[in-house]
Amino acid sequence: MRLKTVRVIAANTFKEAVRDRILYLLLGFAAAAILLSRVLALLTVGDRVKIIKDVGLASISIFGALMAILIGTGLVYKEIEKRTIFTLISKPLRRHEFLLGKYLGLVLTLAVMLASMGIIFLGLILVQTGALEGRLLLAILFVFFELILVTAVAILFSCFSTPILSSLFSLGFYLIGHFSWSLDALIKKAHPGLGRTLLRVAAAVLPDLEHFNVRTEVVHNLPLPGSLLLYAAGYGVVYAAFVLTLAILIFRRRDFV
Amino acid sequence: MGTILSIEGLRKTYSHGFVPRRAEILKGISFAVSEGEIFGYLGPNGAGKTTTIKCVLGLIFPDAGRIELCGRPPLDPRSKEKVGFLPENPYFYDYLTAREFLDFYGQLFGLASETRRARIPALLKLVDMERAADLSLRKFSRGMLQRIGLAQALINEPSLVILDEPLGGLDPIGRKEIRDVILRLRAEGKTVVLSSHILQDIEMICDRVAILVGGKILSQGCLADLVSEKILFTEIVLSGVEARELAAHGEPLSAMSGRTLLKVYDESRIQAVLDLVRDRKGTLHSLLPRTQTLEDLFVGMVRPR
Repeated sequence: MRLKTVRVIAANTFKEAVRDRILYLLLGFAAAAILLSRVLALLTVGDRVKIIKDVGLASISIFGALMAILIGTGLVYKEIEKRTIFTLISKPLRRHEFLLGKYLGLVLTLAVMLASMGIIFLGLILVQTGALEGRLLLAILFVFFELILVTAVAILFSCFSTPILSSLFSLGFYLIGHFSWSLDALIKKAHPGLGRTLLRVAAAVLPDLEHFNVRTEVVHNLPLPGSLLLYAAGYGVVYAAFVLTLAILIFRRRDFV
Repeated sequence: MGTILSIEGLRKTYSHGFVPRRAEILKGISFAVSEGEIFGYLGPNGAGKTTTIKCVLGLIFPDAGRIELCGRPPLDPRSKEKVGFLPENPYFYDYLTAREFLDFYGQLFGLASETRRARIPALLKLVDMERAADLSLRKFSRGMLQRIGLAQALINEPSLVILDEPLGGLDPIGRKEIRDVILRLRAEGKTVVLSSHILQDIEMICDRVAILVGGKILSQGCLADLVSEKILFTEIVLSGVEARELAAHGEPLSAMSGRTLLKVYDESRIQAVLDLVRDRKGTLHSLLPRTQTLEDLFVGMVRPR
């Protein structure tokens, strides 16, 4: 694999994404949601700063995922549909280099968007408390690890499906990923036998995106062991690598009719 | 001259529809393109021209057959380094300017920034797009896209240029300019494969052609060998003679402004027609013997199917 070619595709994908209006629309909504957490805090009983932190981090996570899904699902499909891929694949560019370039370009875009949302969020907290909290950056970093995985999934679906279907599939993945932890409770309640075995298989295969949710620990100043953080980062990278490998396997044999 | 592209026994079938139905697009085609020639790949719409090109460029995978591109398998990046390609009805990244667009493709070939800086203005000049260099591609007309597409196909100074319907969507002046560029490429020693269904273009610039109909190559060779020099018929435009009198000698086709176009198939009848014009004190406006054209050859091949 030639990293230079991957870098060229990634840079162009970044250029494409940052010139897409939908990105700024989502960024605007995200900024509005973060700032609205201040209003929400006024209407709620309890520690207002904690509510601003909780709602702000949740907004960053949700809008980050929406950016990854809405842009990622169209990324490869659009190239095939609009036939721009014809001139690309006819160049000395291997298909996996193209796909990795697209992926890394979007990951870079998301990093910039997360940084933008993070600045708005940290600015709000600074105004509210007069202090900057490093632990909040840790929570945003974990949102980034989550987006690395969600982007890989969006690109996988984009390799063989339309943007609407891919968005639905990716959104499904995101939701399942955040609720799959409840399978553990179900397994404990299920009677031993085929049902429980199937539930165990499902729990092993389905993603657990709650690994990346450290909001509660950060907001409530609970301890965050290093091993937990390392496990979550490793989980995100390995799962994303698996999904990307699957995407490459599909993409490398595809006919561009 | 060596062979720059060779295809042997190429077959491709597509499946489509909810209940997949198979359609055989290429039925075992074979041809070779020599270095330095302009090769016309001719066929009606749906004959399989674009499918062949896609197989050559690794955009689709053939079911059977062998392709050799610049002496290597078509998926080898080293063979693609020597190839330039302009697709049919090109659509490019419309958020880029013409200059950014060419720079992007130059980078894909690993060209150094100095090389790109020198080559891009020269290519923009070649396709007469200097004035649109910093204009975003979304503002380009179809003809402009075709020109900038040709420029990207030449960014790597390829040995083989594959152009799929390059003259479609262009006005007569644009077509002439692109034809001139193609001829210039041949003069520089490059090989051009030109797919088209516009026969005049092929006839004007191609050295050799292959005619593809229904996924099979029905004929291929030098244009001069394929198109016979034999006179097919003579077209006579005359006035002052009734069409019914002419019918015995040929086929009177039109009678506009008092003039009749007569197609005479039997050469020995021409003198009789001239005598008739003189006897009736009519006027002979023109007399043109018609030899076989590529169009005649093409129509003759397509029609029986």
